[in-house]
Amino acid sequence: MAEQLSGDLRLVGLTKSFEQFTAVQPTDLTISQGSFFALLGPSGCGKTTTLRMIAGLEDPSGGQILIGDKDITSTKAYQRNVNTVFQSYALFPHMTVLDNVAFGLKRRGDKDAKRKAEEALELVQLAEVGRKKPVQLSGGMQQRVALARAIVNRPDVLLLDEPLGALDLKLRRQMQIELKRIQSEVGITFVHVTHDQEEAMTMADTIAVMNGGRIEQLGDPATLYESPRSTFVANFLGQSNLLRATVTGEPGSDGTVVVRSHDTDLEVSRAHLPDGIREIFLGMRPEKLRLGTGGGPNQLKGTVSDVSFTGVATQYLVRMPWGRELTVVQQNDGSARAVVGENVTISWAAEHGFALDAHQDADAGVDTED
Amino acid sequence: MASVTGTAPALSTGASAPPERRRSNWVPYALLLPGLLWLFVFFVVPMITLFSQSLQEGSIDEGYTFTGNVGIYAEALQSYFPQLLRSIGYAASATVLALLLGYPLAYFMALKAGRWKNVLLVLVIAPFFTSFLIRTLAWQTILSDVGPVTSFARSIGLTNLLQAVGLTSNDNLMASKFAVICGLTYNFLPFMILPLYASLERLDPRLVEAAGDLYASPAQGFRFVTWPLSLPGVVAGTLLTFIPAAGDFINSKLLGNTQTVMIGQVIDAQFLRVLNYPLAAALSFVLLVLILALVMAYVRKAGTEELV
Ligand SMILES: Nc1ncnc2c1ncn2[C@@H]1O[C@H](COP(=O)(O)OP(=O)(O)OP(=O)(O)O)[C@@H](O)[C@H]1O
Ligand SMILES: [Mg+2]
Repeated sequence: MAEQLSGDLRLVGLTKSFEQFTAVQPTDLTISQGSFFALLGPSGCGKTTTLRMIAGLEDPSGGQILIGDKDITSTKAYQRNVNTVFQSYALFPHMTVLDNVAFGLKRRGDKDAKRKAEEALELVQLAEVGRKKPVQLSGGMQQRVALARAIVNRPDVLLLDEPLGALDLKLRRQMQIELKRIQSEVGITFVHVTHDQEEAMTMADTIAVMNGGRIEQLGDPATLYESPRSTFVANFLGQSNLLRATVTGEPGSDGTVVVRSHDTDLEVSRAHLPDGIREIFLGMRPEKLRLGTGGGPNQLKGTVSDVSFTGVATQYLVRMPWGRELTVVQQNDGSARAVVGENVTISWAAEHGFALDAHQDADAGVDTED
Repeated sequence: MASVTGTAPALSTGASAPPERRRSNWVPYALLLPGLLWLFVFFVVPMITLFSQSLQEGSIDEGYTFTGNVGIYAEALQSYFPQLLRSIGYAASATVLALLLGYPLAYFMALKAGRWKNVLLVLVIAPFFTSFLIRTLAWQTILSDVGPVTSFARSIGLTNLLQAVGLTSNDNLMASKFAVICGLTYNFLPFMILPLYASLERLDPRLVEAAGDLYASPAQGFRFVTWPLSLPGVVAGTLLTFIPAAGDFINSKLLGNTQTVMIGQVIDAQFLRVLNYPLAAALSFVLLVLILALVMAYVRKAGTEELV
């Protein structure tokens, strides 16, 4: 059953309302078979609700859920070949770890349940704790048991609801690598919910950024990071400097467009400028900016207002003449560091900027990460 | 007190140990003291008195003297074995009935009732606002030979059925095994419901969801998750129902007949009407030991079933 190709997971117009409140707006989404998919968004944006609908624990208000060609929208949770690693682990406290892991297999009448459960525990490197009760384990171990308990069933789709949320940073990084390894080993479709953008980017093949019950943008981590299509994505996924600007010219022969911001002409790649808009936010990632003129044709002058040393890099806040501060991150590659109060020039290349429609909140998605 | 003086030398050597830590050593015992004292005065002392009473001989007029007459136990068992057995049987039936009635109710209250939870809880406790005696007397009216319940039971053939299985001896409901067991069930039902409610209320609904996610049908989810996690409530509820029901004398007296006499009723009569104190005391003791043995066997059995 596990080796059989089950097909992509598809959501068609899937929506959920609680009385007046729509937690998940009608959503269309295709998650390809065997991929590691991350659902990223701030608290309350509808991630868990989406996951619960896929698991069959919540009835959708509309739309369909399909795995391959099979419509499972009205299938009961226990009849779906989908398993969940719950945000709270939800391990059965009265059973041993091994019985927890074997639970799903036994319900399906698998004769080999015990051996498979032991193998699954080995996979998460917990072979020796099978006889213990869940309360006797640390949080990280419980999390791995929850993972083993779900994965042992070789479901078509594995849903993970912020499974690493309760772990400390170090264990979390370790588990991220572990999860990624396990996913490539077993080849099951993973849908991983998180509100940690770094986690989503390190682990997932594809990320859907959710906000207010809607998917704002979908893509691979690099595309989302380099070419966000909304201020929310630009701010939620990493940091962004946003400058208000107006498109003044037509595309030039070199594929760039001139935009004017605070009486300065700046260039942005045609490819990074959505069609038909004139009022834009010009966005730049802090690490794409250079102190000095070496970064490219786009140059702005300002005063350093803050310097913070973070080890591999140094982060500067540079105050622009019009009052706004831009963030610049420079690798600590041995070049001289600027000091507070110094007048500096910031420069960057045309292809390192991206343009967003100015008719949105410039601060959407700021500070929503933890 | 001894522990305080005993640790005094430590104070001089290790001044770093905060005095609070030593105080906390005897505080728990001090808190136990009132309860232990209470139990000693009102449980242990009467137990000893009762036991010594059972081994005395004499009469209420001439006074009793201790003779160590253990033969009284043989006599008690010989004369009242049927009543003893019947008490256990009735109490067990009432306990099973109360569990069957109480579990769904407690389940509903704890997991489905939402904002009606508290109202239902009050309703469960409400009978305690009237006395046990009055409540049992009310059952006489409810089950009376000319009342609507009995005539309805007759019309649907329930009386015939009950008669056929020997729970009643005519086509009435009152004054029968049936009535006594109903009364016991009713009177002790809240003692079943409340512990069940408490343990089901504590149950994390996400565990049941997880069972469903792991291919357990609702029935299997109940069997493998809900039921085992509610076992502490089941054990507490059955004990709280069975123990008082086994010693009850009101229900058999008010709702039964001469063939439904329970041991509590015998003890009551021996103490207060026949005035055979040694026999009454011996019977009390036999009942106590019997219940204790049953409870211990039961708890041991339940203990092996993964209590959490
Ligand atoms: N059973 C419910 N009844 C009413 N509203 C609900 C219910 N479940 C969720 N909601 C609402 O739906 C919205 C989305 O909730 P959801 O749990 O999906 O968020 P989330 O993205 O998982 O957030 P978090 O990161 O905090 O877990 C929230 O505003 C929440 O209040
Ligand atoms: Mg959530």
